[in-house]
Amino acid sequence: MSAKTGAGPAIATPARGTVTAPPSPRPREAEEELVRSPSENGAGRPVAGGDRPADHPNPGGAPSEDRPLAAIGRRMRKVDGLAKATGRARYTDDIALPGMLHGKILRSPHPHARIVAIDSSRAEALPGVHAIVTGRDMPLTYGIIPWTPDEYPLCVDKVRYIGDGVAAVAAVDEETANAALALIDVTYEELPAYLDPHEAIAATDGPFIHEPRKPGWNGNVTKVVKLAFGDVDEGMERSDVVVEGDYFFEGTTHTPIEPHCAIGLSEPCGKLTVWSATQVPHYLHRELARVLGLDPARVRVVQPPVGGAFGGKSEPFDLEFCVAKLSQLTGRPVKILYTREEVFYAHRGRHPFHMRYRTGATRDGLLTAVDSRIVMDGGAYASFGLVTTYYSGQLLTAPYRMPAYRFHSTRAYTNKPACGPKRGHGSVQPRFAFEVQLDRIAERLAIDPIELRRRNFIGSDIRTVNDLRVTSNGFPECLDAVERASEWKRKFRRLPYGRGVGVAGSTYITGTNYPVYPNEMPQSGIQLQVDRSGRVAVFSGASEIGQGVDSMVTYIVAEELGVPLEHVRVLAGDTDFTPVDLGAYSSRVTFMLGNACIAAARKLRAQVQEAVAEAWETKPREVLLAGGRAMRSGDTARNMLLREAFNLAEAKFGTLGATGSYNTPKDVHGSYRGATIGASPAYSFTAHVAEVEVDAETGFVTVEKIWIAHDCGRALNPVLVEGQMEGSAYMGFAEALMEEQIFKSAEQGRAGLHNAPSLLDYRIPTSVDTPALRSLIVESIDPEGPYGAKEAGEGPLHPSIPAIANAIYDAVGVRMNSLPFSPPRVWRAIQEAGREGRRAGAFAEEATSRSGGRG
Amino acid sequence: MEVVRLRVNGDERACGVPAHYTLLETLRYGLGLTGSKQGCDKGDCGACTVIVDGRAVLSCITPVWEAEGRGVRTVEGLGRGTEPHPVQDEFDLNGAAQCGFCTPGILCSAVAFLERNPSPDRDRIRAALAGNLCRCTGYEKIYDAVEAAAARLRDR
Repeated sequence: MSAKTGAGPAIATPARGTVTAPPSPRPREAEEELVRSPSENGAGRPVAGGDRPADHPNPGGAPSEDRPLAAIGRRMRKVDGLAKATGRARYTDDIALPGMLHGKILRSPHPHARIVAIDSSRAEALPGVHAIVTGRDMPLTYGIIPWTPDEYPLCVDKVRYIGDGVAAVAAVDEETANAALALIDVTYEELPAYLDPHEAIAATDGPFIHEPRKPGWNGNVTKVVKLAFGDVDEGMERSDVVVEGDYFFEGTTHTPIEPHCAIGLSEPCGKLTVWSATQVPHYLHRELARVLGLDPARVRVVQPPVGGAFGGKSEPFDLEFCVAKLSQLTGRPVKILYTREEVFYAHRGRHPFHMRYRTGATRDGLLTAVDSRIVMDGGAYASFGLVTTYYSGQLLTAPYRMPAYRFHSTRAYTNKPACGPKRGHGSVQPRFAFEVQLDRIAERLAIDPIELRRRNFIGSDIRTVNDLRVTSNGFPECLDAVERASEWKRKFRRLPYGRGVGVAGSTYITGTNYPVYPNEMPQSGIQLQVDRSGRVAVFSGASEIGQGVDSMVTYIVAEELGVPLEHVRVLAGDTDFTPVDLGAYSSRVTFMLGNACIAAARKLRAQVQEAVAEAWETKPREVLLAGGRAMRSGDTARNMLLREAFNLAEAKFGTLGATGSYNTPKDVHGSYRGATIGASPAYSFTAHVAEVEVDAETGFVTVEKIWIAHDCGRALNPVLVEGQMEGSAYMGFAEALMEEQIFKSAEQGRAGLHNAPSLLDYRIPTSVDTPALRSLIVESIDPEGPYGAKEAGEGPLHPSIPAIANAIYDAVGVRMNSLPFSPPRVWRAIQEAGREGRRAGAFAEEATSRSGGRG
Repeated sequence: MEVVRLRVNGDERACGVPAHYTLLETLRYGLGLTGSKQGCDKGDCGACTVIVDGRAVLSCITPVWEAEGRGVRTVEGLGRGTEPHPVQDEFDLNGAAQCGFCTPGILCSAVAFLERNPSPDRDRIRAALAGNLCRCTGYEKIYDAVEAAAARLRDR
């Protein structure tokens, strides 16, 4: 890059990091809330992986060391906390480049139509308009999953949902760009629209939303997965109780408070820079180069701090291609900021799931077989849908032992915004259904539902029925913690009518075992560099979306090198100078980047120890790095500042730096087709108890409190782990009671129009809606996680919804099988059940017993 | 373009703006004060909240002319020099800012609230922040931060 191309400080400086606020340690509070799992994977056990080479690519994680931890595990500030609290953090829309143009995207008013013609001549003539692009300017398909590339940056010959992008304008300001959109004439030929996934699947002769990928295939189906493990029919046969149920999980969307935003800058030398509020800068980098036909080495993606994502920014979007193309055409920087309405249409949120479950158990409550049939409403594009379809079945096989399991999931295309990954991707919906099924089995068998879950506990260091390797598992401790904290035994079936408690459990992956495009390279890399002042720079490609990853690597460097936290500088979020990390999705970052960071820091540490040992004429292992100093073991009076130690090492080895990387172990799954999807190096476990009050007169449900116990392996900073747990439970609560991403039907006048694309009407919970949330951290010390850590960002969402459903049953004796549990639905259910059909042993379980109705 | 005069974070500022500009647009695009955020542009989310003459105001639905000649405080003006306001510091200490995008607006709501209610209980804090959506935290850590800041402000 030539010197003159730097257009102001936004380019010259990295987007994130370089935050100088000193993170100061705080004394740990609420010590009693930290539960260490006594299971055999618990603290103190020599960890597996200790004999693995600590070198690149470091499969299976860095070995832990047997020593007390200094920085890890303490309640600490984040490195970017004060920048965010003082308004200094610069998000994408806070960046203004000299000469910047503003872009807008014209969107389809039809749910399904052929584009006959586009005439943009009137818009081009509007003063202030600099460029207009349509689908024909970027006629290559892309897709986050390489096997299902079915999107264009702008539609080429068809639109598939109301809101699909058709053309984009760059103009001197937003007003002019908007005025230009109104002058673009598009001629459409309308096609029949599918809003219901069952209807789309049934239309086997078309018309199809997408051309079938192979002749004879159904172009309205993204993916079908049928897998069976063990003998389900035999399992059902020997069951003492078989419970069947139909469940519906309504779609929901992420609604980060920051709308999507991107800026493109194409330079005369041909280099393209895109700033974007994305969770996946690496995948965006690849797709920008491929779709625009650019040499990837001349594409740079910068990721400023991201103002919330939750899965909603984890694939390329139209605006990123459009700002790039418009900048190429104009030679000027171009910004596009979505309106809130556009964020709702961009979507990629939770799929609506239609689910049918059959669950068998012995009279002791032990599961015998589980059978599911799921139809998923995928919306107009594949997105991550291939993975979602697998996840809908694959992630259900813990924390309970299932001798036999079968699932059959189908993802349909419909003419609505595409669904994708939202926090707890693909497994939140089946978890809801399954945990309600468990509650019904417990009810049938008169077993306490917590006890039923204990009896079915799968254990640690096992393989699930679908051959996923599970190592550490603190689920029993999670159940204990919520049972105790919620005073479960005093409350369950004992509260007055209208009040109730419910329990649910869950598991979630700590990262996917494979990247979305097949390759043998590490999933995460990091680079450390030391200068002569004692400052350690961390070059991290990971995505800071508010979860605290920049802080996490700071704590790790401080831990491993003994440097003060304020001597660590994280430089992140820029593909030009950071190693690749695949992105903030699937709860992978702490585990993978954390291990990479440990690996890099230990290489550096070894060099420093060797240099200091030489000066002191001792062995390297006698040199300790801690508290900002290098010390001699057993003789700490012999010490020097770390800066001096670094200088010795630089004198001996040359400029100091180290890289570290992490890749997953490959022996953690079976060999059947699809076995790799759902495989993870580690699994988190969660249990919730929810306490609710139900107003039987109105159907209004108030969730008073949710107790959240989560096995995160080890809490690297308990403040951040609690934040993830509470935020997850909040989001689950919101889906349970309030949120619906729904669209108008043809009868309502505008088929496929979003029902409520605003933050007022799409009811996300305010402070006064949100229940009290109590986090209870459980630490199982995972053998391969960094210091034993596993994920905390997504797992704790899952049990909220079934725990609330089960609590509603405890309160008023009705089963809520459809989301959300809105007042009309709850009221109707209570009316149908009849008020007398409640409580005191009169819970009318409609389960199919062994003697009747089975099959 | 019209010239609007505002007192922003103690500075007398004059700024040329289109007549239809909101206070938020003026702050962000006219004065370069990008701390206040645009989340919805219609007064639903509260990310744009600033303090005008001591009261929390949604700047994205406030025509800039309504603020003319009045005292505007934004997130950039809450602290003193390099010292953050106690609410800002407690947000950091308590992990009340995750993605941080709603944070400037919540801080302004909280500061305006605490200036009128120095000893609030948790329920009153909860009610005072009902106009600010946070999508990350579940609000608990925000209440913790405001409670702790209230105690520090009382001790001043």
